[in-house]
Amino acid sequence: MSGVFSPGRAKIKERTLRTDKWWIEPAITFGVLFSFIIYATFRAFEGANYYKDHLISPFYSPCLSEACVPEAVIMGFTPVSAEIFNFALSPALIILIFPLGFRMTCYYYRKAYYRSFWLSPPACAVAEPHTKYTGETRAPLILQNAHRWFFYAGLVFNVILTYDAVISFKSVEGEWGHVSVGSIVLTLSATMLWFYSLSCHTCRHTIGGRLKNFSKHPVRYKLWTRVSILNHYHQQFAWYSLGAVAFADIYVRQVATGAWTNFYFF
Amino acid sequence: MTRKLNLRIWRGDATDGALQDVVVEANEGEVVLDVIHRVQATQMGDLAVRWNCKAGKCGSCSMEINGKPRLACMTQVASYGDDETITVTPLRAFPVIKDLVTDVSFNYRKAMEIPAYEHPKDLAPGDARMEQIDVERSQEFRKCIECFLCQDVCHVVRDHEENKKSFAGPRFFIRIAELDMHPLDMLKNRKRTAQEEHGIGMCNITKCCTEVCPEHIKITDNAIIPMKERVVDIKYDPARMFAGLLKRDKRN
Repeated sequence: MSGVFSPGRAKIKERTLRTDKWWIEPAITFGVLFSFIIYATFRAFEGANYYKDHLISPFYSPCLSEACVPEAVIMGFTPVSAEIFNFALSPALIILIFPLGFRMTCYYYRKAYYRSFWLSPPACAVAEPHTKYTGETRAPLILQNAHRWFFYAGLVFNVILTYDAVISFKSVEGEWGHVSVGSIVLTLSATMLWFYSLSCHTCRHTIGGRLKNFSKHPVRYKLWTRVSILNHYHQQFAWYSLGAVAFADIYVRQVATGAWTNFYFF
Repeated sequence: MTRKLNLRIWRGDATDGALQDVVVEANEGEVVLDVIHRVQATQMGDLAVRWNCKAGKCGSCSMEINGKPRLACMTQVASYGDDETITVTPLRAFPVIKDLVTDVSFNYRKAMEIPAYEHPKDLAPGDARMEQIDVERSQEFRKCIECFLCQDVCHVVRDHEENKKSFAGPRFFIRIAELDMHPLDMLKNRKRTAQEEHGIGMCNITKCCTEVCPEHIKITDNAIIPMKERVVDIKYDPARMFAGLLKRDKRN
């Protein structure tokens, strides 16, 4: 017997005496994240329907494989073979580790999935089911400290996805200055990703949080105050950006399969 | 306006105990501590409850009300439904002494393990000056009233008694952060000891400490995560690794 049932503690048989619906939040989080994981896995392995008329899915950008459709490749840069050990490699599988790693090690998502998937704990003051706990002190969870690596990689991805959004302001014939639903969707997706990255705790730390002495670094202090404001909404940006990226992929896929037509405003 | 309130109070000691039902009058505007005092005065003369200021500033009346760690003096009876039974228990992360009183000495032992502020040797007493913007960041942590609700709710020790020896807990992570962010503190190994001795790596950022803090200190966002990031600075930062600065930072 350990935890709240440890010798010496008040003898109460219930794991929690909370009377509110504490399980709703982790249940919803589990449902949404699990749905995203299923969809993202399907799309990552699909290896098709990711490009149409200057619209590229964020799941497949940058497209680095020799298997990529030529229009989806940036400056002809395809360093990765189309097959590995006779296995046709979807271009998404090459790059998804970076955004996936960024979200997996994100301080907000850690709270979300530790509660909803690992039940550690499922909610505050609700006893967790595990008999042993070492936290993020040893492998594999000590790898959470790699969040900064993924943060830097994520910034590179944001630049590329912003480039994709800019490219989407072309007509089907390749003329600049045309706005379609697709260009708005990709722009929204890239914008949300920037907000998500810039509101990140690692960003807040590297921009100025690590300083001992704000008064000696007035510019970094100012930046830190601005990022701190964004950081307050990091949870919201995490969800908005996840939704925006998923919708951008769904939209591009629907257009690429011909199910939807990309409507041009002008 | 007076109403009858159904209260369940845990009564017992370290060997045994149980929840006992009691009906008590509650007046408009009263807090849970008020009705506990009324029970003590009228029905359970030997009920043990720790309290002091009744103003949410001393941190004495910490207990669990309907399963949530709270200050009894800051919990309005009116925040519960008229037909709702309010269940009151001692803090469940610490050994119980009697009824609603727990032994929180674990926290005092942890407090003693945190190295104190180290003043610059070349700065005479009275000569130290700090800018307001440097004071403000750690000022938030000075609001702590040591109610230990954050320590109580933290699952690292609440659900794992064996972790108490190696985990300082959120209250003391804000102390470490406050000192590490102090422009004049000269102690060089706070980041490293935060991870290697005080167990900041055991925290998995579930933010329960922030949720229960009656002073609304952003414990996780402003203290624990910044300290985790400072540990990353000296041990896992890719830029610093590549720059070969890791060795230089070992003094931190």
